[in-house]
Amino acid sequence: MCLALPMKLVERREFDGTAELNGVRRNVSLLLVPEAVLGDHVLVHAGSAITVVDAEEARKTLELIDSALRSEP
Amino acid sequence: MKFLSEYRDPQRVESLVRRIHEVTTRPWTLMEVCGGQTHSIVRYGLDRMLPAQIELVHGPGCPVCVTPLEMLDAAHRIAARPEVIFATFGDMLRVPGSETDLYGVKARGGDVRIVYSPTDAVELARKHPDRQVVFFAVGFETTAPANAMAVKVAHDAGLGNFSLLVSHVLVPPAIEAVCSAPHNRVQGFLAAGHVCTVMGYVEEYPGLATRFGVPIVVTGFEPVDVLHGVLLCVQQLESGRCEVENQYSRMVRPAGNPVAIATLREVFDVVDRAWRGIGVIPGSGFALCAEFAAYDALRRFEVAHRPVAEPAECIAGLVLQGVKKPGECPAFGTRCTPEKPLGAPMVSSEGACAAYHAYRREPAEAGS
Ligand code: SF4
Repeated sequence: MCLALPMKLVERREFDGTAELNGVRRNVSLLLVPEAVLGDHVLVHAGSAITVVDAEEARKTLELIDSALRSEP
Repeated sequence: MKFLSEYRDPQRVESLVRRIHEVTTRPWTLMEVCGGQTHSIVRYGLDRMLPAQIELVHGPGCPVCVTPLEMLDAAHRIAARPEVIFATFGDMLRVPGSETDLYGVKARGGDVRIVYSPTDAVELARKHPDRQVVFFAVGFETTAPANAMAVKVAHDAGLGNFSLLVSHVLVPPAIEAVCSAPHNRVQGFLAAGHVCTVMGYVEEYPGLATRFGVPIVVTGFEPVDVLHGVLLCVQQLESGRCEVENQYSRMVRPAGNPVAIATLREVFDVVDRAWRGIGVIPGSGFALCAEFAAYDALRRFEVAHRPVAEPAECIAGLVLQGVKKPGECPAFGTRCTPEKPLGAPMVSSEGACAAYHAYRREPAEAGS
């Protein structure tokens, strides 16, 4: 039930918008993420965006994982 | 699939597994709290890639599984009323109550409808002013804010024919219950990522980590996330630390989602809740607060509390607390299957029994 997927916001209206993943479009409520702007990725759970994906943090985490793995003995 | 496929990358998976093998010197028992993580683990066979010393036990994070029998019975009685349209997520349809399930209610003429979001339920109320629309609000902190928002939207729109059957539960009190149980073996936790997306991790988790001496790593759901969470947790255990760490920073800010938290505070009060198979956990759930009590379906339909006994054979309570694995249940795969479930963990897409059954873990292995 806690399943949630990152989808790209392709339309933004006042309280909701259209988000897309793999060509599938869905109407999502944006009431919980007033800061979301067009082009953001939002994490969608049961029809509501619950956060805006932090692309900078995503990059840092992957870098951390990849560098820790490179430096292994 | 941005922000998704990077975390399914086989090379990263392989290297993380190698790294975990390198840092592990002693046996450790970790619990992944959320049923979504359990499914990832069993589906990708992540537990089989880990060193033999590391055991993953499955946590209580399956909202469908912990919804008490009495609440299911109440849902079934409300859904059977002629004036009611009962709106629910699909997961709840086949969960057995003491007499029937929602499919059974539907077969006997109840108007049960699957909705994709609570907003859809509010729309039903708008479209059918002559009917009572009841939404079954089940789930953890992840699900609760949108449900709280639905109540506010219905209230603002003057939709007096909308109500919520609330059975929301909270994760931190469940972690506390697991740690306090006399038979507890869990030494570290992978906290449920999406719950923390909403609630953050700075308020309640540091206290739990210190009090019980357990590392808590906020962890995502993809294979790379889960293995990274395991690595961070094992590194802490190996070096004697018990801190709160965030593996899932692309989705989780330290203080969570402030709008969601404010909405929860406005609409719900924290109350004691009974967890199916576990019992009452203090302060472990939400109920509508006084201002929105008129939207409480239990009140509106005056459903009396009727305690009922669990099927004797189902050991779901022990499975949900990580004490037993599904295969240790004598009914697993024989008298209890997804087609004819005895208990909720065999029904829910997040239930450990359903995961073991779907990915064909044999009883002997599933119990080991
Ligand atoms: S296998 Fe079925 S009966 Fe056994 S614990 Fe799981 S849900 Fe209950």
